[in-house]
Amino acid sequence: MKLTRRYRFSASHRLDTPALSAEQNSKLYGKCNNPYGHGHDYVLDVTVAGSPDESGQIVGRETLDTLVKERVLARFDHRNLNTDIAELTGVVATTENLAVTIEKTLADGWPLRARLDRVRISETERNIFELRVK
Amino acid sequence: MLLTRKAEFSASHVCANPAWTEERNHAVYGANANPNGHGHNYVLEVTIEGEPDAVTGMVFDLRELKEILNQEVVEPMDHRFLNREVQPFDRVVPTTENVAMEIWRRLTGRISRDGVKLRNVRLYETGDLFVDYGGAL
Repeated sequence: MKLTRRYRFSASHRLDTPALSAEQNSKLYGKCNNPYGHGHDYVLDVTVAGSPDESGQIVGRETLDTLVKERVLARFDHRNLNTDIAELTGVVATTENLAVTIEKTLADGWPLRARLDRVRISETERNIFELRVK
Repeated sequence: MLLTRKAEFSASHVCANPAWTEERNHAVYGANANPNGHGHNYVLEVTIEGEPDAVTGMVFDLRELKEILNQEVVEPMDHRFLNREVQPFDRVVPTTENVAMEIWRRLTGRISRDGVKLRNVRLYETGDLFVDYGGAL
């Protein structure tokens, strides 16, 4: 059985890799390469798997909320992903790389009985990235 | 092939274990334990697995599925206080997990037949919280 909880955070980023020239970056990333950056209202779905405990819950809502708020929302909300997030320094702040970073942030030392199953991030309603946790 | 049908119902509930103190219930369930109840607009997505019938071209007759969902879920649960009006929630705490499992129990025997099985019940308590149950924990 799985339970999915939705969270939101807003952040800015710019897609640019030092491996390519300014012209190549502009061609590859388009508007996402605009030098001053831009932002999104990201939607983060965290899925946990397990069986309900004696309370009839896979996980306590406040327990999960507190964990995600402390580890993810407090660090990523209203931040510049390129400059404010250490793991994304030197890494292109695509939502693929953001998903990997958030999955690692949650999975390392995961303290709950329920298993972390999936991380899904919508950059916009049209672009959605999903990671199954191994 | 997978086929998913959606249904909605609005209901109130309280999440509290009568064997526990009010203090413990609030520690475990938060505001969901407030004694007089509160409500949600539940959204149910029922997914069925099968192959399209050679004659009808359908995995499952959607009119029949709508009627099953109405009889087993919407009519008994819509605009009801789950703890007081819908069994087994007089005895079982109506968490989203337990409501999803109860919906599975009500539907599986009516939907499963030769070449067709109930694959998943997804129950949204709100747009920000849902549970998936596929018959096993």
